[in-house]
Amino acid sequence: MRRLAAIILGVALLAGLALAQQRPIYSIEDRRSGFTFLTPETQALQNDDFSNPGLLWVDRGEQLWQTAPRNGKSCTSCHGDAARSMRGVAARYPAFAAEVGRVINLEQRINLCRGRQELPPLPYETQDLLALTAFVSRQSHGIPIDVNINGPAAQSFANGRAAYEQRRGQLDLSCAQCHEANVGARLRGEVISQGQVNGFPLYRQIWQTTASSHRMFAWCNEAVRAEPFASGSQEYVDLELYAKWRGRGLSIEAPAVRR
Amino acid sequence: MAGSRVRVPANAKRGEVIEIRAMALHPMENGFRFDTQGTLIPVNIIHTFICRYNGDEVFRATLQPGISANPYLSFTTVAQDSGMFEFVWLDDEGGYETAWAKIDVS
Repeated sequence: MRRLAAIILGVALLAGLALAQQRPIYSIEDRRSGFTFLTPETQALQNDDFSNPGLLWVDRGEQLWQTAPRNGKSCTSCHGDAARSMRGVAARYPAFAAEVGRVINLEQRINLCRGRQELPPLPYETQDLLALTAFVSRQSHGIPIDVNINGPAAQSFANGRAAYEQRRGQLDLSCAQCHEANVGARLRGEVISQGQVNGFPLYRQIWQTTASSHRMFAWCNEAVRAEPFASGSQEYVDLELYAKWRGRGLSIEAPAVRR
Repeated sequence: MAGSRVRVPANAKRGEVIEIRAMALHPMENGFRFDTQGTLIPVNIIHTFICRYNGDEVFRATLQPGISANPYLSFTTVAQDSGMFEFVWLDDEGGYETAWAKIDVS
């Protein structure tokens, strides 16, 4: 009888473990996903596999993934089933790319690939680039962030960290002053989050559209009355690498829903 | 227009009330916003949404400029026969989006 109980307990533990592995990690150690700062309604919207508006972009990205452009090859023809080939990719990016000799993010990787097919790059924040990035990122849903910050990426990482701690703009504030020193405090009606980037590209409700992390950086820079950098600039890629590393171990939530 | 998501139950019993959900990717420009150059962005909204069940119209909505981007609609109908649901969205620029979903009624 005792043995049976032990077996049942063991099976239950294993089942619990399997379940825990599938469930997204919203907080680990002192790191908290933006998800934990949301109202229950917005959390429910993000986790609804139909009405999460970001999934509109994921669907479109899937179509683009399968459609061959004129005189070109589709993504599928090389990469096959994205669910397998793109699994975990978003958790690793931004990453050093030897062919260009610098750290690049997922959007730039997609455009590099397009360049190899002799297709023009998709400009930043266009629906098609957001859709493809959202679709590729979705394949890593639930996988913990694990970016490489050593070796050739070390300089980029150092620049990103410096930018994160650099005071800027007329308000003379750095990213860290809000997103580290004042987490949980209020900025008018908003609760200040840790500024984690594990959910990008995400659906931002006040913009009513899906947005990249670079648009969010630019928005944040403007909020402290600083001149933003261009989307896709190396400054923002470095910052993205540092921000991603800050959330190491948190699950990729793309497409997340944020206020 | 660029995309849509629809959800219809795959199976239903005859006479059962079923919930249908539909969402389209659309900016729903209300005609009051300016672009970065200060030019007024013309109004461009989805003005009509239609749902047909085996060719018969079961739901129609007229949308207004106050409705948010990517409008989400949810409604119910009665399952009658196996067949197709057809969804149509029409916008001010002459754009349209269509979607289909199958249902098995037993």
